[in-house]
Amino acid sequence: MGGSHGAHVATPTDGLLVLVDSPVHRLPAHGKILALLGFVLVVVATPAGAWWAFVTYAVMLLFTLGLARVPVRIVGRRMVVEAPFVLFALLMPFVATGPRLEVLGLSLSRVGLIGGGTMGAKATLGVVAAIVLAATTGPRELLAGLERLRLPAVLVAILSFMIRYISVVSGDLQRMRVARESRGYTGGRLGHLAAVAAGAGSLFVRSYERGERVHLAMLARGYSGRMPAFATTGTRAVDWVQCSALPLAALGVLLLQRFFPVAG
Amino acid sequence: MASLVCPDLFDRHHRLWVLGTCCKESATSAKMPGMHVPDGFLDVPTSIATGVVAAGALGISLRRANREIHESGPALAGLIAAFIFAVQMVNFPVGAGTSGHLLGGALAAALVGPWTGVLCMAVVLLVQGLLFADGGLTALGTNILDMGLATVFVGFVLTVALLRVLPQRKGSVGPAVGIAAFLSVPAAAVVFTALYAVGGAVSVPLNQLATAMIGWHLLIGIGEGLISVAVVGAVMASRPDLIYVARHLRPDLMLVDIDGTPTTTVAPDQPTAVKASRGPFGLALLTTLVAAAAVSFFASAHPDGLEFVGEKLGIAEYARESAVAGGPLADYGIHGITNSAVSGGLAGVIGVLVTLALFFGAATLVRRRRDATTHEAGQPSRVDA
Repeated sequence: MGGSHGAHVATPTDGLLVLVDSPVHRLPAHGKILALLGFVLVVVATPAGAWWAFVTYAVMLLFTLGLARVPVRIVGRRMVVEAPFVLFALLMPFVATGPRLEVLGLSLSRVGLIGGGTMGAKATLGVVAAIVLAATTGPRELLAGLERLRLPAVLVAILSFMIRYISVVSGDLQRMRVARESRGYTGGRLGHLAAVAAGAGSLFVRSYERGERVHLAMLARGYSGRMPAFATTGTRAVDWVQCSALPLAALGVLLLQRFFPVAG
Repeated sequence: MASLVCPDLFDRHHRLWVLGTCCKESATSAKMPGMHVPDGFLDVPTSIATGVVAAGALGISLRRANREIHESGPALAGLIAAFIFAVQMVNFPVGAGTSGHLLGGALAAALVGPWTGVLCMAVVLLVQGLLFADGGLTALGTNILDMGLATVFVGFVLTVALLRVLPQRKGSVGPAVGIAAFLSVPAAAVVFTALYAVGGAVSVPLNQLATAMIGWHLLIGIGEGLISVAVVGAVMASRPDLIYVARHLRPDLMLVDIDGTPTTTVAPDQPTAVKASRGPFGLALLTTLVAAAAVSFFASAHPDGLEFVGEKLGIAEYARESAVAGGPLADYGIHGITNSAVSGGLAGVIGVLVTLALFFGAATLVRRRRDATTHEAGQPSRVDA
């Protein structure tokens, strides 16, 4: 069990999945993946500077977040991912082309300001939407969803083994580090890097040999080249309606913006 | 219920978690990820186009790796992907308080070959995008193109080319992979810049973007190269037979018959690195050339991005004044670095890539001729099984 150690009662999590029951959790995974894709496509297609559209998307996303009962703290922590690209977006006003504005003694590009802000908004919306998916869909459901979306069976199989063994492989890595440090290893920066990289080398050998053993075990149990399909229940029409609510609402906002453009 | 994904993996991967506490100050330094492009950096047509190209490339890779995966099982490929995912957590200091992390494309190509390597990188990027929100879903094609395809194929082709040039010894494998891994990182930056040039959301002086991206990733490439050398060295020491690019260095099987006359034989299904390289070579060369052409086009069209724009808009005078005025941006580096040092680096990278490609071509010709002559003379020491 993960979760944080704050004073509040921590919401139980299993890996990335937030273990609560919500309407969003109950939706079929393939529907949610398509909904995410549709939503981010609409967001990306929104022209720069359409601030009220972005605000509306954000409100809709926050509503979904509330519906999914995903704690804001978890979302905030996971949003750290996009930090470097926020930096990139912040640089835009300084490096972009176009007429310049003077703000507090700095020469800023007008296009860059709008573009950088738009970039930041789109990236943030995309990241939060993806966090909602990962927080409401378990890895197994996600794989089943990808399978239903006709991702090639070989890729789904590789993906499933990867997700299954990530914790094993990174556990190996962790144990190597503990072993190295308990032997009192203190090197300079470069020396340490060499030790870590050599560890990564033996990690490769371990992973490879584990892969071979797993395959042999599978053959022994009658594996014939096809992985059994993930059992999934049928999709009801109401599921599709619920899944398409967010992207369709976003699309509506985009169309509204197209036909009744409001200066941001 | 058993946890499928390590519970604290998220924190480990994204919270400046430094493997082996590489250096103490890394905990406070900004971690530069690879180039996990989020949503909204490229416009919709470019995102869709890169998605289609990436899907096509994945289809080809699936077909080429099919036999391999059928033989060794999807579990092996999955574990290699998990390995790459884990190894990407290896952080190293780059300078100026920031750290980079391994991309692993060139390493994967050297260890498991280009086709399986591409599949593993794509799977890693898919997991990072879908589960960790690292890299946008609409940018998945872009990310697969620059971090998967570009690093794997540039890394693989350069490794194979260098292995032909270097002495045919085990000791050559490490340096070859290291140099290839070093150059694969700026190559990915070139691809990113070219994609941004085509469909970037905000128009930025491309000359500056290219020089900043490539200069920065040359630095990251040094770490990538060093780690790759060490990884390959460690594998070479324990299981040299697992290294895809070193298959031709495997010792031949020596058979001694009842009279004591030795015969060497090679396994019938033992492919050589030479044979496997044709397809990816063409693809990578094409990518490299297109990227190089695109970048140098913009570089020549806009000798200096900022000055060009300044002149065009008639604000060059103003810009110069503000720089002298000693505002907070006066010592903002890009302007100065752009023109001399880093653009030299850009030219250097492209030059090296093209030169190596040419060298590779020449080596192929020489090799083919040599093969032809030995074939005519017959190979007494080798018996085809």
